[in-house]
Amino acid sequence: MRKKVFQLLVDNTSGVLSRISGLFSRRGYNIESITAGVTADPRFTRITIVASGDDEILDQIEKQVAKLVDVRDIKELAPQNSVYRELALIKVRTNQNERQGVIAIADIFRAKIIDVASDSLIVELTGNQDKIDAFINLLEGYEILELARTGIAGLGRGTENVTYL
Amino acid sequence: MIGADAIVKCLEEEGVEYVFGYPGVAICPFYNSILDSDIRTILIRTEQNAAHAASGLARVSGKVGVCAVTSGPGATNVITGIATAFADSIPLVCITGQVNSELLGSDVFQEADITGAVESFVKYSYLVKDAAEIPRIFKEAFHIASTGRKGPVLIDVPIDIQNAEVKKFAYPETISMRTYKPTVKGNMVQIKKVAAELEKAKRPIICAGGGVLLSDGEKELLAFAQKHEIPVVSTMMGIGVVPTRHPLYFGMVGNNGKPYANRAMNESDLLIMVGARVADRAVSQPDLITNNKVLIHIDVDPAEIGKNVGPTIPLVGDAKHIFEDLLALEFSCEHKKWLEILNTYKESMVPRRNPNPDYVDPAAFITLLSEKMQEDGIYVADVGQNQIWSCGYHIVKQGKFLTSGGMGTMGYSIPAAMGAKLADKEKQVIAVCGDGSFQMSMMELATMRQHGIAVKIIVLKNNYLGMVREYQHYTYKDNYSVVDLSGSPDLEKLSSAYDMKFLRLENMAKAQETLDEFLREDESVLLECIIDPMDLVK
Repeated sequence: MRKKVFQLLVDNTSGVLSRISGLFSRRGYNIESITAGVTADPRFTRITIVASGDDEILDQIEKQVAKLVDVRDIKELAPQNSVYRELALIKVRTNQNERQGVIAIADIFRAKIIDVASDSLIVELTGNQDKIDAFINLLEGYEILELARTGIAGLGRGTENVTYL
Repeated sequence: MIGADAIVKCLEEEGVEYVFGYPGVAICPFYNSILDSDIRTILIRTEQNAAHAASGLARVSGKVGVCAVTSGPGATNVITGIATAFADSIPLVCITGQVNSELLGSDVFQEADITGAVESFVKYSYLVKDAAEIPRIFKEAFHIASTGRKGPVLIDVPIDIQNAEVKKFAYPETISMRTYKPTVKGNMVQIKKVAAELEKAKRPIICAGGGVLLSDGEKELLAFAQKHEIPVVSTMMGIGVVPTRHPLYFGMVGNNGKPYANRAMNESDLLIMVGARVADRAVSQPDLITNNKVLIHIDVDPAEIGKNVGPTIPLVGDAKHIFEDLLALEFSCEHKKWLEILNTYKESMVPRRNPNPDYVDPAAFITLLSEKMQEDGIYVADVGQNQIWSCGYHIVKQGKFLTSGGMGTMGYSIPAAMGAKLADKEKQVIAVCGDGSFQMSMMELATMRQHGIAVKIIVLKNNYLGMVREYQHYTYKDNYSVVDLSGSPDLEKLSSAYDMKFLRLENMAKAQETLDEFLREDESVLLECIIDPMDLVK
């Protein structure tokens, strides 16, 4: 089992997300995260999918997704020449005494405190998945009330592999 | 002009001659507009068969088959037909009526999310939200259905869109789809690799699938096989690519195929798999076709290559184009002994049957039938024991052999045969089914009578769901469960109810004259053949 990050450029049609997620579920492919958003050209949507499987399955995923009529382009975002980012919002229970500790950890990770209440605060953190996992691990001594992660969005580095619209 | 007129105009632009369907309120604007057109409408008796009939028409004419049904139950009934076409890559455009677009999602009367429901069985689907989009959508739908790996496309049209005013109608002459561009021409580097491997091969073989027929590439494949004397086997969907009695043809592979065909494929040192999915029924042990051999996999769908087996040389493209290119290359491929070996297999590995003389022997009967059929006759096999006997004993001369291979949908033969007959009225079209599959489509006798479609029907009657009974015989030691067909109608009376000619054959004694009588006139006849209920395909 290996993880692979795919970047898709798809026609911005109404059913496109369900077509892609339906393909994963009916063929039994594992999807770890999926993010989608419109590109600079509103006719297209950029989707980043993190999938896992053995090499043959990952190869099939690429071919089956490429076959969908709405999909213009699919390519792998290989870790060595791509950047990945994920956003996490973490609500932590904090009393007076605990607050400074959480803020200190957040500072180290260059995370932001975006909401403070008398008994909780919300931390906003951006980074690759490892960084977010590490941050969550460090919060072990605290009670995480709610956690929202976006799944990663990614782009290849440089201009070599850009798909022009 | 309203949306419904625009749809009819699109169908005219695409050269559609027949629409198979069943009306309901949600598709009524369309069925009203089509009255002003020369397109003929065929009222099928259940929606599933509309898709099957369109499939039969598509497979004989090479054009896209069209069906049009209403919303809700009409649309959901057609799904099995769509899935059947999808499994065999048959090009269809299915139009479904839909409730008023403002009511979509509110669970009103006869509303079904059909685009959602058929998602996994269509190549693409559209829900029309603006009548002005109709020309573009239909142009794209016909293009998608009939290019690359062919398949069904569904267009869901809400009734208010069908009734909406369309100011001007202009059918697009060209397609501009940013995302859909199938590869047709094979990569020349890969094609040359194939030739280089063939020069070294001592035991080459071609396994032809249904994709060869879909690409209309039979002539090119056969010319290539003949040029280098390469033997050919086929999958079930590839039956008819090479005439059955051609000296280079060695039968159908798979667990229901000829033992010598499987042996030939497994013992080859170079296998060209073309237009075939390499699915479990044709290739039960994928490693047998990859071990110790060069596997060349040709398919227009890149996702098929490497899905079930990893080939040595993947070759994406249309079979017709690729064999044209291969034919143009000059190279030598010497393997005289290989054909001799295969011929000894063919002679020595003939399955022995011990037919019961009190009944019709389906094997002998089907062989006799194919000998008596017209050279270019069309044989449509249903699903069940009848299908396996048909695959094993029907002799394709210059005609076609149609069946539901991928999905194995019972009841396919009669509606598909109707579509085939309408596609080419000059041809003899015979549907061969069992008494189980016949009862799944017997309502279409009315359609045949109403529209004068001269399909000939053979029912191999054994009072059992024979294929399942055979499975229960082997797997459950004759503990039969839910396979007894008692209560089936008297087919002679049924034929008379439909004012249709009827013949019965009880054993092989009168097979010759009964078949002559059955085939004599171009008319609908129902021939009932009494089969030993305990007869087995293996």
